[in-house]
Amino acid sequence: MATIADELAKKQREISISEFFLKNRHLLGFDNPTRALMMVVKEAVDNSLDACTEMKVLPEIKVELQQINENRFIVMVEDNGPGIVKQQIPNIFGKLLYGSKFHSMRQSRGQQGIGISAAVLYSQLTTGKSTKIYSKVSPKKPAHYFELQIDTKKNDPNILKDQEFDWDKDHGTKIEIEIEGKYLRGKQSVDEYVKETAIVNPHATFVYINPEKEKLVYERVTEELPIETREIKPHPYGIELGHLIKMLQDTRANILAGFLQSDFSRIGPQTAKEICSKAGLRIEDKPKKLEEKEIEALFKSLQETKIMAPPGDCLSPIKAELLEKGLRKEINADFYVTSTRPPAVYRGMPFQIEIGISFGGDTERESQIRLMRFANRVPLLYQQGACAITEAVTETNWKPYGLQQSGNNLPTGPAIILIHIASVWVPFTNEAKEAIAHYDEIIKEIKLALQECGRKLSIYIHKHIRAAEQREKISLFEKYVPELANALSNLTNNKKELIQDRLQKILKKELPSLAAENGAREGNESVQDINEKKENKKIKNEKKEKQTTLEVKRLRG
Amino acid sequence: MKRKKSKQPSKLKDLGDNILQQINKGKNPNIVVPIRALSNVVYNEKTKTLELGKKKAERYFFNVAHAKKFLQTVEIASILKKELLDTDKHEHLRGVFYIAKRTIPGTDVNLVDDQVESDKIIEDLEVITGLSREELHVSANKMGSMVGKVTLKDSGDTINCSKLGKGGYSIPSITDELSFKKVNAKYVLYMEKAAIFERLNEDKFWLKNNCILVTSQGQTTRGIRRLLQRLADEEKLPIYVLCDADVYGAYIYSVVKYGSIALAHAAERLTIPSVKYVGITMDDVVKYDLKKQIIKLDDKDLARIKQVSQYDWFKNNKDWQRQFKLMKELNGKVEIQALATKGISFISEKYLVEKIKNKEFLD
Repeated sequence: MATIADELAKKQREISISEFFLKNRHLLGFDNPTRALMMVVKEAVDNSLDACTEMKVLPEIKVELQQINENRFIVMVEDNGPGIVKQQIPNIFGKLLYGSKFHSMRQSRGQQGIGISAAVLYSQLTTGKSTKIYSKVSPKKPAHYFELQIDTKKNDPNILKDQEFDWDKDHGTKIEIEIEGKYLRGKQSVDEYVKETAIVNPHATFVYINPEKEKLVYERVTEELPIETREIKPHPYGIELGHLIKMLQDTRANILAGFLQSDFSRIGPQTAKEICSKAGLRIEDKPKKLEEKEIEALFKSLQETKIMAPPGDCLSPIKAELLEKGLRKEINADFYVTSTRPPAVYRGMPFQIEIGISFGGDTERESQIRLMRFANRVPLLYQQGACAITEAVTETNWKPYGLQQSGNNLPTGPAIILIHIASVWVPFTNEAKEAIAHYDEIIKEIKLALQECGRKLSIYIHKHIRAAEQREKISLFEKYVPELANALSNLTNNKKELIQDRLQKILKKELPSLAAENGAREGNESVQDINEKKENKKIKNEKKEKQTTLEVKRLRG
Repeated sequence: MKRKKSKQPSKLKDLGDNILQQINKGKNPNIVVPIRALSNVVYNEKTKTLELGKKKAERYFFNVAHAKKFLQTVEIASILKKELLDTDKHEHLRGVFYIAKRTIPGTDVNLVDDQVESDKIIEDLEVITGLSREELHVSANKMGSMVGKVTLKDSGDTINCSKLGKGGYSIPSITDELSFKKVNAKYVLYMEKAAIFERLNEDKFWLKNNCILVTSQGQTTRGIRRLLQRLADEEKLPIYVLCDADVYGAYIYSVVKYGSIALAHAAERLTIPSVKYVGITMDDVVKYDLKKQIIKLDDKDLARIKQVSQYDWFKNNKDWQRQFKLMKELNGKVEIQALATKGISFISEKYLVEKIKNKEFLD
């Protein structure tokens, strides 16, 4: 007789990763049509920028949205990157969790190899259409054209068309995806995504054609390519036990000391020896032969031994100077300040914080500041409230820096605060990659950078506001003169115009000294001024006294 | 009243003319304002009144810190002249505030933001012109009642204050224009507390003792002080003050007698040097056995005793220094109502009658 377990076994089968995401598309950020449109553009542009970086070319990226009907769009993204070799095209676009980036400890935009194939999947799900891919790797080789879909059960690409064609460019990739979506303008739109991407990628030129067929060009402002990132070995502080077990199995080293030195960063012969002895192991032990308990001891020892922080040169910050250029080209403001912090480490992962603040200009004065968040040069447009970056900004006291702030909210004022985190592994809170996890080390670094920029901002604001206030006060006299003339004319029955004329003449004469005085007069008069202030204080005190008397009386009466 | 009518507007005009002269000479115009604060208040031993000293502040128009106040001064002066004096109308402090309250064109600055500002300017104008607020036709809220053996004329109406029931005559803000028709009283008893006034009125104290009762329901207003002064000066009536036995009572008494710091400039018209303090005193506490009714002093009371006892007009007054000493020694104060423990009408039938008969006053 079949047991219940047997019955159940009939139903139990492997879930393909594609099937899983088909049902859980919100996990990847495809939860509503507006956001889906943005996500598709974002995944494609991220890939293009990463590819150009690999090839060390200055990126020329064209993004075009074509509206087919009310809720259907074709997204086209074209780059001048290295192209993709024919054999790999189906795998990259047609298979989830396939990519070059997941396994490397290196700063890049994509991480997991989900992004673009998820877009393909989403297209298939909402429109049933295939994704079109054009690619050329060299002027000497023919370009390839593919149409593909994903076999969700097998997580395999299903190639519908595969042909060579002539393409009048040297190399590059172009992708065309038809999806169901909704185009809106505003803070979380494709427009904003492209603009913000242009700010933090000042070396790239973007051409963006929106569904209304408006063409926007974001020109590069520097020919300087981002610093090439180096792949690094994992740092002992950042690994977990399971990871260690796998590393021990996979290593090519024959002895433990060799394993530690070659497969981790920042471990030299001395440190390796120390780690082994702490774990009660010998340096010549065979990595593959370690027993469970020994591995646990080794893991513990790795965490407890003092090891240098991982090298920061695996990171590629935008750099303060270029960040300022990026801000200046896209945001019209009166004042800009940027800063790049030295590299720091969370859980064994190197990261680096950069900040830019713009103030004044076209930015709205009365509302909350605009916060722009970026991770590895990718704008984060959603989940602002859940992000560690937001927490760092709201926990900073902005009043001393000249911005208004009520409670633990974002400050108010005509400012834009841009925050960029660069890391070999950005700790996102989920796969939609929109919010940074709350690591203390990260929040602390952001706050330090904010303080540094905040101080400069406050100098500007205070100087600027003081000067403006002074100008305003003096301009008040021009408004006061007719008023005084009018009151005097009423009081004395003299002609207003005559009095006003004379007052205006005196104003002209007094103007230089008024401007220089900053509120107080010189000589005797200034003494009187101070006195008057003192007197006012005393009168106030007297009043208080009287009031207390009164209050007491009332209480008793 | 009609007699003064031509004089008052001209004093305000003088202020304007003076400013105009300076402007015509091409000078930065200024107004000289005597300082109204404790630092510039002097106790005159001879006249026994608080007087304004000689310290003066100069208010310049072309000065970032003074400009607005200067404009306020001139504009409010012109309002008082044109709207009130020229038309012979009266307006409340609050009303003047609203006439003056407006936004200066082309700015977001209001001429006055708060009534405190316009009130202060009106006080300034009193000092500058030497005219009283009443003479400038500005009144304050009326607070206070009067009953007793007096008949007076108010705006053409004849009022007999012995026939006004429980409420009594409601004392107007400006009492300069009242005239006394018939006064049969031997003295005036002023108390700040309305509750005591009601007690004495119900007991017909004024009828039995041939007197006038006045209460202020709060601070002693200028109208009441002026009324008391006129009763003292014109009708030659003694004025007795009835207050709690504490430092605040002492201060209320001193304001009626010597004047207040804020109104030192109006001392002449408001102070009554002849006024006497009838009670209750710390000695009464012993005499009438009110020790159980003592309320403990708190830090505020002690601080105030220290402050008030050092005022020039109390400093050399032995009787009052003794009172302050007793307050501190007994660590307490006593309210007038405490007398009710001796019987609800003890105050009207025994206490006041005895004290006044025996002339047990503090000066």
